[in-house]
Amino acid sequence: MDFNDTPEEAAYRQKVRTWLEANAPRTRDANDGGEGGGDLAAAKAWQAKKAAAGFACITWPREWGGQGGTPIDSVIFGEEEARYPIPSNPFQIGLGMCVPTVMNFADQATKDRFGLPAIRGEEIWCQLFSEPSGGSDVAAARTRAEKAPDGSGDWIINGQKVWTTGAQFSDFGIVIVRTDPNLPKHKGLTMFWVDMKDPGIEVRPIHQMSGGSGFNEVFFTDVRVKDNQRLGGVGDGWKVSLVTLMNERLAVGGATGAGWSQFLEAARDTTGADGAPLLQESAVREKLADWYVQAEGLRHARNRTMTALSKGQTPGPESSIGKIVSASLMQDLANEAVEMLDQYGIINDPDLAPLSGGFHGSLMMAPGLRIAGGTDEILRNIIAERVLGLPGDIRLDKDVAFKDVPTGR
Amino acid sequence: MFSRDQTPDRRREACEPMNFDFSEDQKFLKNEARRFLEANCPTSRVRKVLDDASATWDPELWKAVAGQGWLGAAIPEEHGGLGLGRLELCVIAEELGRAVAPIPFASTVYILAEAVMMAGSEAQKAAVLPGIAAGEVIGALATSEGPGALAASGIRASVEGGKLSGTKIPVTDGGIATHALVLAREGGQPALFLVDLSAAGVTRETLSTLDPSRDAARLVFDKVPAERLGGAGEGLSLVEQVLDRAAVLLAFEQTGGADRALEMAKEYALERFAFGRTIASYQAIKHKLADMYVKNELARSNAYYGAWALNTDAPELPVAASAARIAASEAYWFGSKENIQTHGGIGFTWAVDCHLHYRRSRQLSLVAGAPRVWKDRLVSHLERRNAAA
Repeated sequence: MDFNDTPEEAAYRQKVRTWLEANAPRTRDANDGGEGGGDLAAAKAWQAKKAAAGFACITWPREWGGQGGTPIDSVIFGEEEARYPIPSNPFQIGLGMCVPTVMNFADQATKDRFGLPAIRGEEIWCQLFSEPSGGSDVAAARTRAEKAPDGSGDWIINGQKVWTTGAQFSDFGIVIVRTDPNLPKHKGLTMFWVDMKDPGIEVRPIHQMSGGSGFNEVFFTDVRVKDNQRLGGVGDGWKVSLVTLMNERLAVGGATGAGWSQFLEAARDTTGADGAPLLQESAVREKLADWYVQAEGLRHARNRTMTALSKGQTPGPESSIGKIVSASLMQDLANEAVEMLDQYGIINDPDLAPLSGGFHGSLMMAPGLRIAGGTDEILRNIIAERVLGLPGDIRLDKDVAFKDVPTGR
Repeated sequence: MFSRDQTPDRRREACEPMNFDFSEDQKFLKNEARRFLEANCPTSRVRKVLDDASATWDPELWKAVAGQGWLGAAIPEEHGGLGLGRLELCVIAEELGRAVAPIPFASTVYILAEAVMMAGSEAQKAAVLPGIAAGEVIGALATSEGPGALAASGIRASVEGGKLSGTKIPVTDGGIATHALVLAREGGQPALFLVDLSAAGVTRETLSTLDPSRDAARLVFDKVPAERLGGAGEGLSLVEQVLDRAAVLLAFEQTGGADRALEMAKEYALERFAFGRTIASYQAIKHKLADMYVKNELARSNAYYGAWALNTDAPELPVAASAARIAASEAYWFGSKENIQTHGGIGFTWAVDCHLHYRRSRQLSLVAGAPRVWKDRLVSHLERRNAAA
């Protein structure tokens, strides 16, 4: 047990460091990294630079335009890159999930067309899965695709997607639609890629409770797509989506806002009724200790995952606990930090609140983090079923034609 | 949408651990330990101690464990041990915890042997370590004198002219130990003393405790010969260092117990039917077990970091040990109580093993200081670290 790279990893890390030292940006736009998505031009320029140097899509096979590298190479690059004020990354969902799906299921001409522009950051992709009537239940998609009546073999898409990250600046998307409502829900789905510039596609930003607009609603009105835009067979959309979602684990990184260290400083700087720093109160210290232990547990669970990757093994299930722990940790810590301020805690003005309102920002983002990418409840189901091997839920909709499945709101 | 983690602790990230796992040899040892304990320490064996009011441990298992070489695993060969590292102790500890082993392993190996190796003179090492490796010496740590956390003001036991007088309660394994490490005042300052409990003037009284599968006693000393271990006035800091080391190993025992509690809950939930289906198919149960799993993984990951710090004598040890102890105490407590809850009524009976873990989780959480004390210590360490950064 040690903290050292293997010789190959150390050599790769050195190569990465040398390149970053010469090429990485030294400053970041002050407005970048917010909920709005950040500085797109800067992000595209940085992606192009990485692609030219062979540091984009490190794990992709060479025939896709990738580097054929190992997951650990990719992790090493990510760690080293994070030391610099790089622009926020609008390519993660596309390169992590959408384009690999295209590469797995499209014809050769389509792959040739889309691979390199995506790697170079010239084209951005979004994932059109969630719908107003199906959040956790993705297979309940109601957006319809029907054969065009003109016999051209084209498909006509009508319906609505929701919570689509980056749709407002995406060039293309992959969309899961229902092609046969007479079949049980998992069997009547089909996947297509679509051009987001199509006049029948309307993107409307969602005004989040946190005030920002990182997500969108996407409306499809008579959007015509060619049959060769289909990814996988007609009715195989669910199987195709599982390939997409399998890549999700590698695409979606960890995320926390203000952490235990900032909380410790805030508790030191705030006094209680007796005039002493709140950090001296045992109730505050106990909570701080618990959060530190959780954060450390996640950090070292990640180290265990890295170790498995380094040894060429599949990471164990310990990697599945991250978001369940970090989302509630963020929410509880932020709330305690705000409550510590007593009456003053209601103020979130960055000029007046501690950490420029960082705790307040975390508090308002946390409910989203507990939902996005699998709710706390769905993640517990996943641990129970896939890690512990407990039975799946009894499903009333499994063998029923989709059109006959009861619906509510 | 969410920014990357901006923790200030970038120091360690400068060299991310790529080998944060036990070696193949250590995993082999772990498997061997599990097989050995399945054969030699089934819960029926634990129950023999539990059910017999006059028994507080299993001497036969102790002999067998000594035969495996575990007692001296980390003791240098020159003192009769195997000369392995602390990581080997960690994997053994996890299996002992899983088996709820009724033996004074922690008191002897994690505490007495570690303390003597850390602070003992050559003569003390020669006097104690070979006996530990051979299974002849049993240790006990005698610090507590009554309710509440350990504090300098609470130490009334004292040593004058090399003779110890005072009372310690509770002393885990005090009823069966051959040697005790006793915290006592000498010239007004707390120091740690090595005491041979076969000497005249030692009175032992076995105590009734929450976990009758482990020994505990009140020890009364009346002018008993006591030899200082470590420097004068260093008692409290020495105890702290001893407990930091023990905490990591205890965390592995707790993690082993917590994993077993989860397994028991899972096995039962899959077999038990209610309202026409297995209770493992209800989300109320599934989510409970998922929560147990999450706590166990947090405990295991913190314990791993503690193992690394212990094995390399890293300056991070006090922080890593505190985190390991807090996470493991929480995981075992939660796992042991929710295991009973998952079992329902049958889990509340003496006949079912759930209470063995419930009891042992209390014993392990309290034995080296309660979690609330460790949380306070952890924050003190973090304050210093943040101030220094």
